[in-house]
Amino acid sequence: MTLPPAPKARLIVGLEIHVQLRTATKLFCGCAVRFGAPPNSLTCPVCLGHPGALPVLNREALRCAAKTAMALGCRILPRTSWDRKSYWYPDLPKNYQISQNEFPVGLEGAVELPRADGSVKTVRIRRVHLEEDAGKSLHDAPDATLVDLNRAGTALLEIVTAPDIASPEEAGDLAREIRRIVRYLGVADADMQKGHMRLEPNVNCAVELDGAEARTPIVEIKNLNSFRALEAAVAFEFERQTAAYLADPAYTLERRGKESRGWDEAALATFVQRRKEEAHEYRCFPDPDLAPYEWIAGELDELARETPELPQARRRRLARELGIGQGDALLIAEDRATGDLFEAAVAAGACPQTLAKHFINLWTRLAKDAGTTIAGLKLDAGALAELARLQTDGAVSATAARLIAEAMARTRAAPRALAQRLGLTRLSDRTALLPLVKEAIAANPKAAAQYRAGGGKAAKSLGFLQGRVMRLSGGRADPAVAAALLREELGPQLG
Amino acid sequence: MSVAELLTPAQVEAAARLARLLLNEGEAAAFAAQLAPILARVQALDELDTSNVAPLARLSPLANVLRPDEARPSLGADLALREAPDAAGGFFRVPRVLGEGGGA
Repeated sequence: MTLPPAPKARLIVGLEIHVQLRTATKLFCGCAVRFGAPPNSLTCPVCLGHPGALPVLNREALRCAAKTAMALGCRILPRTSWDRKSYWYPDLPKNYQISQNEFPVGLEGAVELPRADGSVKTVRIRRVHLEEDAGKSLHDAPDATLVDLNRAGTALLEIVTAPDIASPEEAGDLAREIRRIVRYLGVADADMQKGHMRLEPNVNCAVELDGAEARTPIVEIKNLNSFRALEAAVAFEFERQTAAYLADPAYTLERRGKESRGWDEAALATFVQRRKEEAHEYRCFPDPDLAPYEWIAGELDELARETPELPQARRRRLARELGIGQGDALLIAEDRATGDLFEAAVAAGACPQTLAKHFINLWTRLAKDAGTTIAGLKLDAGALAELARLQTDGAVSATAARLIAEAMARTRAAPRALAQRLGLTRLSDRTALLPLVKEAIAANPKAAAQYRAGGGKAAKSLGFLQGRVMRLSGGRADPAVAAALLREELGPQLG
Repeated sequence: MSVAELLTPAQVEAAARLARLLLNEGEAAAFAAQLAPILARVQALDELDTSNVAPLARLSPLANVLRPDEARPSLGADLALREAPDAAGGFFRVPRVLGEGGGA
């Protein structure tokens, strides 16, 4: 990514994240929530907005919202209530959206994001509230819009961050961490392909020019549905806004206010949309049809007890108890089941470091190839532990472990049996390895000469020859024995 | 503030726009003149000291009305669309909306 040139520009991003909750029914009516059902088949007078139909709050949605708000460190308001937000589109036929303006489920939390350098970035959460989703509009016909209200009224959780995000990557990291959290909690599938999670960054820049700092207008980018699009759109806006301000000093928040832009996936650019309605044009007011909710004593404690260990806590524990690095822990604790599998394999006797390497280097790729998570490979924790042990004990090499892992994913056979069957047990027998050592030296006279010459390149040359022996042995050679034999065969070094 | 100043024709036009009402020539001024005295009457409430009164959104003391997360039969597309002014292929058919929805 190319950053805008001097003068200095600083990116300021807040994120609104809509997460579709994994409830069986909609937020205010008993219509089932199901992806891909025939249009308008999952509708009733409430979600069709028929006059006189009365909404009733889904208990499970409320509990999911409170769980998430607590997991994000929010303060839960003792009394939460519902507002109508004016909304004039046919995909929500009441002409208002039921949302929470004044008394949301939760306020003022924070999310910690691990950084590559081992530090932690904190992003404050402003609020967590429930609202109903709109239906879907099709604009295919030239003269009409077709509306499917199956999704109308589905429970959405809106999570709003403070503008604490300072780079496109941080925006992506925050969104990915929110997805991990809602999945750990089991409150959402957060399947991006199904539109379960929609991202709306609010982006502007602080541009420093001649010692004065100006703020560009806040641009809300609507409805992004992938992390890649989020990062690309934020990066694009950073450049666009900085350039726009440098070209026109009147391009400021004070002069222009807020605007909405869409994201063109094909052009990889944002484009102008209608002006964002002023907050007062939403004309929020308490919904007279819905009673507020007051948490009953002990209820929130019960929800807290149902809450599992969250991703960041787990990563910290993996680092503290098992010495797993932050980057590795991020992958290992990506989803709850994979984290559980890792810990079960450690409990079954795997060396945590070797197992971590297997997770990062072997299992992640195999899972990706199979279109699933590591836990989704449905391999036994005992088998993963056995493979790690074979390598830790020196019975198989790292290369052999990779081949065995591939075979395990295919055949589900036990690693030890596979090592035998595939002839991948370690070769540490000198007589068996000697011909390979000789072959490696003969085929690489330059490396051999460099080793014999001694000096700076000797160690590297030996490593290179060792790699050749490993390759010739199909990954089976014991590296230490191979190195010893190489030294003997190459003879004394000069210098 | 005089009664007439309570509501300007421009404010009436803004409210009409939000309500998707099309006003004829002169109507904004006429409605402003009619609505201003009503606002003035309601404004009498401002004389009361409400600093110690909690906002009241509803008269009913009702709270905590929940339903279990169990699916109930929906109407089905045929019935849902029966009263629609226009429908096509299982969809509600409405005058073309420009661009995306409002982003609920």
